[in-house]
Amino acid sequence: MSVPILEMKNITKEFPGVKALDNVSFKVERQKIHCLVGENGAGKSTLMKVLSGVHPYGSYDGEIYFEDKLQDFKSTRDSEQAGIAVIYQELALVPEMTVYENVFLGHEICKGINVDINETIKQTVEILKKVRLDVNPSTPVKQLGIGKQQLVEIAKALSRDAKLLVLDEPTSALNESDSDNLLDLLRELKEQGVTSILISHKLQEVIAIADKVTVLRDGASIVTLDAHNGEVNENVLIKHMVGRAIENIYPERKKKKSDQVVFEVRNWNAYDPARERQILKDVNLELRKGEVLGITGLMGAGRTELALSLFGNPDNYRIDGEMLIGGEPVKFNHPEKAIKAGLAYVTEDRKGDGLILIQDVKSNITIANLKRILKYGVIDANAEIKDAREYTDSLGIKTPSIEQKVLYLSGGNQQKVSLAKWLYVSPDIMILDEPTRGIDVGAKFEIFTIMNKLVEQGMSIIMISSELPEILGMTDRIYVVSDGKITGELSTEDADQEIVMRYATM
Amino acid sequence: MSFFKEFLTLLKKNIRDYGMYIALFVIMAFFTIATDGIFISSRNISNLMNQMGYIAVLAIGMTLVIVIRHIDLSVGYLAGFLGALAAIALTSWNLPVLLVIPLVLIFGVAAGLIAAVTIAKFGIPSFVATLAGWLIYRGALLRATLKTGTIVIPNDTFNAIGNGYIPDLPLEGFLPGTHKLTLLLGIIGAVLLVISEIRSRKKKMAYDFEVLSKNMFIVKTIFTIILLGAVTYVLAGYNGLSWTAVIVLSVTLIYHFLTTQTFLGRHIYAVGGNPEAAELSGISVSKITYVVFGSMGMLSALSGMLFASRLQSATTTAGQGFELDAIAAAYVGGVSSAGGVGKVTGSLIGAIVMMSLTNGMNLMGIDISTQYIVRGAVLVAAVVFDVATRKQRA
Repeated sequence: MSVPILEMKNITKEFPGVKALDNVSFKVERQKIHCLVGENGAGKSTLMKVLSGVHPYGSYDGEIYFEDKLQDFKSTRDSEQAGIAVIYQELALVPEMTVYENVFLGHEICKGINVDINETIKQTVEILKKVRLDVNPSTPVKQLGIGKQQLVEIAKALSRDAKLLVLDEPTSALNESDSDNLLDLLRELKEQGVTSILISHKLQEVIAIADKVTVLRDGASIVTLDAHNGEVNENVLIKHMVGRAIENIYPERKKKKSDQVVFEVRNWNAYDPARERQILKDVNLELRKGEVLGITGLMGAGRTELALSLFGNPDNYRIDGEMLIGGEPVKFNHPEKAIKAGLAYVTEDRKGDGLILIQDVKSNITIANLKRILKYGVIDANAEIKDAREYTDSLGIKTPSIEQKVLYLSGGNQQKVSLAKWLYVSPDIMILDEPTRGIDVGAKFEIFTIMNKLVEQGMSIIMISSELPEILGMTDRIYVVSDGKITGELSTEDADQEIVMRYATM
Repeated sequence: MSFFKEFLTLLKKNIRDYGMYIALFVIMAFFTIATDGIFISSRNISNLMNQMGYIAVLAIGMTLVIVIRHIDLSVGYLAGFLGALAAIALTSWNLPVLLVIPLVLIFGVAAGLIAAVTIAKFGIPSFVATLAGWLIYRGALLRATLKTGTIVIPNDTFNAIGNGYIPDLPLEGFLPGTHKLTLLLGIIGAVLLVISEIRSRKKKMAYDFEVLSKNMFIVKTIFTIILLGAVTYVLAGYNGLSWTAVIVLSVTLIYHFLTTQTFLGRHIYAVGGNPEAAELSGISVSKITYVVFGSMGMLSALSGMLFASRLQSATTTAGQGFELDAIAAAYVGGVSSAGGVGKVTGSLIGAIVMMSLTNGMNLMGIDISTQYIVRGAVLVAAVVFDVATRKQRA
């Protein structure tokens, strides 16, 4: 057995009121890909923050050995110098700067006090080759897609001679081909001597790539499994993650056939003046009462743009086409109108444009339909508390109080607040955009259960997702979007991942 | 929960708010001692209220502007210009006061809306748009006072706004030397406050919501009554409530009500907290921008008239630097430039803190150069405290 490159011993980290890590021990062997899985709030990110020095030495108990040396990282700078590079979900690139400037940001190659641009570019080219990124090093980063930006981040880490790469949910924002590409790269880097720690919610991906898997639960390390002994499979991981077995990830629903069309879009075209391109081309779709309609496709295919263009068009696309609700033609020039007509849109990016993080749970729930608690224009504070309690209880939102700021809730609970907010407007049609992004298995199951309850009560749901298993597990019908066009309409019964992928890449 | 424990939790939860009151108390106590009690005298406190009026109303409007992540640099000279406009309307056009006041307020709203058009419609950063306003209104003020220089306003009704006091009850011999109407208003205010507090507590209990324990509630209410009583007593010892104080209190109450109790307030704080989320929740961000800048313009007009009335004239430099005093007061009062955070009552306290410093140091005969440095230090200290307490809660 080889010597571990990293050993974290008995790490305990407390925040006021919570023990985020409780005596966690974690060992990573050299030249392995070690995956770290666990539900949200299990302590994965905290553990990595302890490692990287975000939580400095002294603010936690326990010892960190890296390369056989006891380390006392006081800041991220210290851990970087030791050879640890952390790549977060939110990329730390400067969008306005070029690729080479970003790669060498913070450790510029200098000649005297001047930056040696030629040498920088030369070295960048070499590093880009290593990460198999074929772009001009002088391209501004903002012009690259998210997948390529991810690679620039890795290039940045390599330029600092990182020996240990920590990736926090690197593929959550990537489409399948970019994800595969990234995973291949990690394997290649492994051959070249780079050790990786990969945090991921996508268990398939973990199973595919891991040498070792450590499961964290409630701030404690539950188990470390060796992937080469065949002890790692989805059921085992889920069992360790949630502490019980979940037999079916997708709850059963009684499927009712209805032919009543509640919502219809005809010949829908949208042009985005900001990006100067046609984003939707001749889209036709219909939604039937009480069904879950799936819309899937690769990243950038236009799924979110479609939702926004239907929901009052806040990004000011130039649109033509027809939209009908219950057979009546409608036009919305602001989300306000769409909400009035019975639509709700749970956004993909709940932190960015879904919730008001600095406000409390109750204000977030009522904000889209304050009318319900207004008396002559004045907010009835008591009615608000009553309603907010009712919704937090019925959706099972775990929060110390409805006066807690949403910022401090876990991803799954934030998503439920987002759902509560839109259920509070009592919509007939609900568009859910990536409803399970970045939330854990247990919370996913709960959200799916809520969705089932809603359609059983007669609501119609459009579920936008890039996760094929959940599209196949939850929907009645599927539209596949590719390059702004609907390339396929399928009944879920007849669909499988391959068929959907074929339409998605058309 | 024991009484003491509850007190500590309450203090911890509201450290930011209470911290400001404590700071104000410390500043006032310091100046009272340093000036042998002159600072806290009825006459001086009454003066202080009149001095801070025109900054306080600006600070209240500025609070909302900063809450929605903007800034307004034009308010100082806009106030100066609109004060001059009021003076011209009264002296050259001979319009009656009761027409001039609403007219100037409307002009203020219009000026605010013009700024809002450039910001909401054309997407110009508010810093730039209102910097342009700063220049334009400065020029407009100079032009308005070009012919005559300072315009003297010989109108007693108008000048009463900045210098006059509310009339007293005609009860001779009863409590000589005190302003009886002010006392009466103070008592009515206290009674109303207690009644509304008790009613809201009962209603909350009927819903089975969390309320303060009975003892804590009584202590808190008594404390508020004492505070209100002290202010009333001090003011009643001189000329009573000034019209300026009445205006500032009314503006504060109205804005406090609008921001905390109505849908409009919710929409403003939602836009400040996360504009994209607000837009997708059916709130028009541009509409809110118009409302907030319109209100800022109106309060600028009010501020300009308060100042002109106080000086009984419109001067060529009226309004100079008001915008920065208002912004400082708002920050001392706890607004955050990240948006979505800040109370109008906080900004009022902020204005009182800043004006107490000026007033107290003037009484002590401290040089103006030192005054600026002290005020700067207090501003920084207040914001550092603000940021630190916010972090602690995280």
